[in-house]
Amino acid sequence: MSTFLGLPTAPAGVGHLRGSEPFPVAARRALADTQLRRNLAKATSTIRAKRARVVAELPDWEELREAGRAIKAHTLAHLDTYLEQLESQVTARGGTVHWARDAPEANRIVTGLVRSAMATEVVKVKSITTDEIGLNDALAAAGISAVETDLAELIVQLDHDRPSHILVPAIHKNRSEIREIFLREMADVDPGLTDVPAALTQAARQHLRRKFLSAKVGISGANFAVAETGTLCVVESEGNGRMCLTLPDTLITVMGIEKVIPRWADLGVFLQLLPRSATGERMNPYTSMWTGVTPGDGPQDFHLVLLDNGRTAALADPDGRPALSCIRCSACLNVCPVYERVGGHAYGSVYPGPIGAILSPLLTGIEDNASLPYASSLCGACYEACPVKIDIPSILVEQRARHVEATHGRSAEAITMAAAAWAMSDPARFAAAQRGGQLGRLLARHGVIRRLPSPLSGWTAARDAPAPPRETFRQWWRRTGRP
Amino acid sequence: MRIALFATCLADTLYPRVAKATVRLLERLGHEVVFPAASTCCGQMHVNTGYQRAALPLIRHYVDTFAGFEAIVVPSGSCTGSIRYQHAMVAGRLGDSRLAVRATKVAARTHELSELLVDVLGVTDVGAYFPHRVTYHPTCHSLRLLQVGDRPLTLLRHVAGIELVPLPDAESCCGFGGTFAVKNSDVSTAILADKMRNVLATGAEFCTAGDSSCLMHIGGGLSRLRTGTRTVHLAEILASTPADR
Amino acid sequence: MVAAHGAAMNAREEVLGRIRRAAGNGPAPATGAVPRAYRSRGDLRGSQLLDLLAARLTDYKCSVRRCWPGELASAIAAAILDRGARSIVLPPGLGLPLPDPATTGADLTLVVDDGFSAEHLDRFDGVITTATVAIAETGTIALDGSSGQGRRALTLIPDYHLCVVYEHQIVCLVPEAVAALTPERPLTWISGPSATSDIELDRVEGVHGPRTLEIILVAADGPAHATERGELCQST
Repeated sequence: MSTFLGLPTAPAGVGHLRGSEPFPVAARRALADTQLRRNLAKATSTIRAKRARVVAELPDWEELREAGRAIKAHTLAHLDTYLEQLESQVTARGGTVHWARDAPEANRIVTGLVRSAMATEVVKVKSITTDEIGLNDALAAAGISAVETDLAELIVQLDHDRPSHILVPAIHKNRSEIREIFLREMADVDPGLTDVPAALTQAARQHLRRKFLSAKVGISGANFAVAETGTLCVVESEGNGRMCLTLPDTLITVMGIEKVIPRWADLGVFLQLLPRSATGERMNPYTSMWTGVTPGDGPQDFHLVLLDNGRTAALADPDGRPALSCIRCSACLNVCPVYERVGGHAYGSVYPGPIGAILSPLLTGIEDNASLPYASSLCGACYEACPVKIDIPSILVEQRARHVEATHGRSAEAITMAAAAWAMSDPARFAAAQRGGQLGRLLARHGVIRRLPSPLSGWTAARDAPAPPRETFRQWWRRTGRP
Repeated sequence: MRIALFATCLADTLYPRVAKATVRLLERLGHEVVFPAASTCCGQMHVNTGYQRAALPLIRHYVDTFAGFEAIVVPSGSCTGSIRYQHAMVAGRLGDSRLAVRATKVAARTHELSELLVDVLGVTDVGAYFPHRVTYHPTCHSLRLLQVGDRPLTLLRHVAGIELVPLPDAESCCGFGGTFAVKNSDVSTAILADKMRNVLATGAEFCTAGDSSCLMHIGGGLSRLRTGTRTVHLAEILASTPADR
Repeated sequence: MVAAHGAAMNAREEVLGRIRRAAGNGPAPATGAVPRAYRSRGDLRGSQLLDLLAARLTDYKCSVRRCWPGELASAIAAAILDRGARSIVLPPGLGLPLPDPATTGADLTLVVDDGFSAEHLDRFDGVITTATVAIAETGTIALDGSSGQGRRALTLIPDYHLCVVYEHQIVCLVPEAVAALTPERPLTWISGPSATSDIELDRVEGVHGPRTLEIILVAADGPAHATERGELCQST
């Protein structure tokens, strides 16, 4: 893998950062899924409108974004200091901190901790990080069943499917599909279950309640970890997070190293940016914050696993580094014209959409996710929506350059591009090329071209191409005797 | 004022009517337009497709060609965006810091057409006449990169005879994205389908924008489906007068 | 275990080493302080804060009652009776004027938390607590587990949570609440009842956390004003 300073990327063969096919192939199949298209259009337009409404309520939104960006940039520049501070604070308050170089090491640590707690079942709060490392698979291999407790994650898990959105993992399923899954997979479900969302939600409540009340081990991710105080923070809506963070004897939190923030006061910024960007709410229903272990309240055995898994490789990339500022709000997914049509599965990684198109290749190395940086029209809606101002389009362009440079200019495309640049960097050659192009008129009927050869055939599959005019602009300029 | 025209390789080669309209419009407003014979391409397609090294000579060529002009007009939001936000970046990344400095200076004098008219020339009523039902698509790079705001719409509102109708979901991308439309042609088509649906819903005769590339995309789809609705560049509307009728 | 511990130390040193190498490859860190031009203090006071908090709570499907201090006992009694709750668990040190089951005539049991198991807590109809701070702009109450608020499970498992918030506890903005809270305490921020939008982005209130959240907002004015401004004491 060609990374900056040779830092290791996330290893292949474990977890879910790599797709099995290139984006255009997976996207074509998704585009043909009528139900998916309908669900995505409805869901993304709903959440876009909600987000726009609550963002407009704040007179200082841009100041909050700038503070969020600056705090993250500062943290990433001093990441070692803040992680060591976090570790010492968590340890001082009765927690145990573990470090994991990659997914297999994190999975080994968590599996060992669950075994030590003598548990064969764990309850999980929705966590993309644990999905990234394939923790559920590792636990299953060790004979431990992991119960996803977020409603959407539960739906996806029951259907043996994969999440398709950072925040709303079952965004690709509609109510009748969910009803069918519950009837098929929930042993204790009422056979008269309707497809009303409230009824489906209550079925999930009943299904999970016994598991929550008897759980010995809870596993979570983290939205933020405050170095100054050792405080962990999880935001959620349903109360499943509170259940998992409060009721078990043992709590294991798996956190990417980039989630640390320096100061307690910084939460005042991120707890405004995140809920408004994510669900379009002024505040999410529940936010839990805990520092180590509190006698008499909540888990008395707390473990924090700090995960690298390619993050330091991304950190070493001076252009890609800002991608590590991401707070996983998913606003960029919801405004992306590409995501809106294809959904999350086409990206092949647990990180879909615009942020996934840059983050996944940064974590795995560009070779393993080479098609993702091209999965964007560079419209810029993601940058505009990002609460920490990650310039996703510029990083996409940079990643494309990395990919091209890694292929050493030997592809047919590279040869074409080189020829075009050679022709266009000299006006005489450019004029000659234009005259050659005017031969394209031979392909035209009624002023348009209806079919072009590959690779331009993709264009003419759905669009006419303009016929070259009789006279280019520069020919006209010269003919009319202008200066 | 003496204004240098950067026609863009696309308009020069495939849409000369757009570059001619830009000339006609600015001359009608009393300005001198020059077209440096050396001008070619800004290199945006190369940069956005990952070919920064190949783009470097194009960037150098643009800077060399236009360094001597006080004002440069570009009838394209995305080419202006590339000149303003990519030229110096690419030069710097590839180690040519002198070029980066020169590129920044030339970029500061490079204006998208509606920016030139409203900000530099201080005109909003250009005396145009275009008696048609028209909807305006605010292309992504004009909207988000250049932030031209309502400059194009202000210019259009002053056009005599025009019937401007708002485009639903106007700020959504049309799906062009340069080589995206070829590399991911299926996704691009799906995005285009929604843009065309919105354009057709307005009942407009013409969809206009400040970028020939997006218009080539939208217009290519509208033409393929024989919708009868056509695309026209902002410059063409602003250049139109009763004499053209 | 010695080997495992050794491996853990290696991972720590190796990850920190990678970070140090990587950090040197980035742009020079900005030397200036983080720009904090966002609002850190709200400009609403007193009843304006109460009004905004009430509106934002209601907007997120929280039941709200407003009263003066002298009316708190009857407000609490009315809330419990309207809810039809029969068994209520209380945090230690609640210090609120609670209805006397002997005189209300209702079949009501009030029990102070004694470290009940989760299953036991699940058998209560509801819980009554106070809060540490409330955020008007977001419609949020924050509990920190101190006296009168109880351990976190207490306000999680019973299906009905009645919370009393005093005017002096209300701040306008999120940064003000962060500044007012003690990070070392276990904190729970609550903004409306539990909810999900996981099915077609349709919001459904009431999932795993209490399906009903009711707030009694107590205005700061003395009881002397209660009669002339009693119209404020109403369910909204």
